[in-house]
Amino acid sequence: MQRHDLVIIGAGPAGMAAAATAAELGLSVTLLDEQSRPGGQIYRDVDRVAALRGDILGADYIHGRSLTAGLHHGAITHLEGATVWAIEDGFRISYTKDGRGAQIGAERVLLATGALERPMPVPGWTLPGVMTAGAGQILLKQSGLVARQAVLVGAGPLLYLIAAQMVRAGTPPLAMVETQTRSDLFRALRHLDGALRGWRYLAKGLAMLAEIKRAGVARYTGATGLRIEGTDKAEALRFTHRGRTHRIACTTVFLHHGVVPNTQAARSLGVTHRWDTRQACFNPVLDGWGQSDVPGIFMAGDGTGIGGAKAAEIAGRLAALKLAEALGHISAAERDRRAAPLHSAKARERAARPFLDLAYPPCAEAMAPEDATTICRCEEVTAGDIRRYAALGCLGPNQTKAFGRAGMGPCQGRYCGLTVTALLAEANGQTPDETGYYRIRPPLKPVTLGELAAMDHGSQDAAE
Amino acid sequence: MNPVSPFLELDQTPRVEVVFDGTPLSLPAGANLAAALLAAGIGEFRRTPVSGAPRAPFCMMGACFDCLVEIDGVVRQACMLDVREGLSISKPKGGSHATP
Ligand code: FES
Repeated sequence: MQRHDLVIIGAGPAGMAAAATAAELGLSVTLLDEQSRPGGQIYRDVDRVAALRGDILGADYIHGRSLTAGLHHGAITHLEGATVWAIEDGFRISYTKDGRGAQIGAERVLLATGALERPMPVPGWTLPGVMTAGAGQILLKQSGLVARQAVLVGAGPLLYLIAAQMVRAGTPPLAMVETQTRSDLFRALRHLDGALRGWRYLAKGLAMLAEIKRAGVARYTGATGLRIEGTDKAEALRFTHRGRTHRIACTTVFLHHGVVPNTQAARSLGVTHRWDTRQACFNPVLDGWGQSDVPGIFMAGDGTGIGGAKAAEIAGRLAALKLAEALGHISAAERDRRAAPLHSAKARERAARPFLDLAYPPCAEAMAPEDATTICRCEEVTAGDIRRYAALGCLGPNQTKAFGRAGMGPCQGRYCGLTVTALLAEANGQTPDETGYYRIRPPLKPVTLGELAAMDHGSQDAAE
Repeated sequence: MNPVSPFLELDQTPRVEVVFDGTPLSLPAGANLAAALLAAGIGEFRRTPVSGAPRAPFCMMGACFDCLVEIDGVVRQACMLDVREGLSISKPKGGSHATP
């Protein structure tokens, strides 16, 4: 088994920036990523796509090329299309690539596993044709697909970005049905000073809104009673706006009400997570360098709390500086000298966050779904099922497994975990921290027997 | 005949032949398989093992497992695969949990 100073999981902005900085400082780095080309979800396939439709996707997307360029360094091994399914003490990382299992060793591990869309269980969200807004972005970036008749539903700046890109592609969405209200905006104004310090984000948001408006896209804010209709596929979105019911026929629904850290790998290692009330999700507990409470495990990027791509890039560089110092490549003084401008850049990047988090809170009815709504997509468990478990004495997500199969399907709770925590916390009158989250165990992704059988020679003993 | 796709394709890419559930399809070579099937008008990738409800890609990033299909007897995520000439793809039989 090969050993490296640093193994980084995830080739998004945090992972790519960390790899480049660490390699520059003399560490041997292996970067593993599930995709066949670097970029993560935000810069997905940027090297190939920037030339094809950089005009539609915008300058923020093209910026990703500066990060992929940093990977061309002799000390960086980039394993593309590598799905990590276990990280064990010491550290031994097991992954699958090209249909074979394999393992590598590392002195330190940096998790840069990014974000997932916040689960948005509303009636009809499991129908074909309903996708996350992130999926809509991925389809456009990587595959050049634009939905012909789409409605964008939920809350958050990502909806404006995708709508603006659809406008530029010549296929505007039919409507934007947004759940945030005027009073959310009013509450957010308390943090206007932060938003003004992060004025670039504000200016970009306003420019996109103007672009969407010019294209004549209908916008409804403060929408409630969201319901996707259809039997075998999405056919329409129904909702209430200012006391009136609307029905918009469509073939695609893109859902979004924020993104949340993808905590699977960190949780499988036992990294402590705490509930973040403002972002309404669990974030790992880290020091200013991204060091977790599990010795040797570092984290950076949106997987540590949502801050966006630029903040992720900075966090990746900060973690790499600390790692280089810890492994004896630079002095603490040198680390701090290099870190100083990064710390202030990070503060600038984060300035607009409180405003955005309050102006675009998660959609209330998706945070407390009605009883009949499916919340676990894999095993088709409803919100009512979870409430019944609570009535029978179920206090935490791991106990739900004694009552039913919530969280036991292939997605391992990625798209129901937060909902289950919220439902149980509410039903039992406990906090999300008291309620907890699913215990995550390897394999983090399904591994086939064939992949195990083809495990690289010399490491089979580890596959037990 | 391909059903009408809910998606418009911006790129022109050379096509290769694959089969989905017995139907021949021409898909862009090297494209993301889930995206290519969606663009070809495939609206249902699988049925759930619990209620038999239809499913299609939801996240496009390997997290939701709604895009599971069967290729060469192995159940895999279509959004994590590329289109290759001659792929024979079917809806997973007997439920669609990925092979443990
Ligand atoms: S679409 Fe979610 S895993 Fe493929």
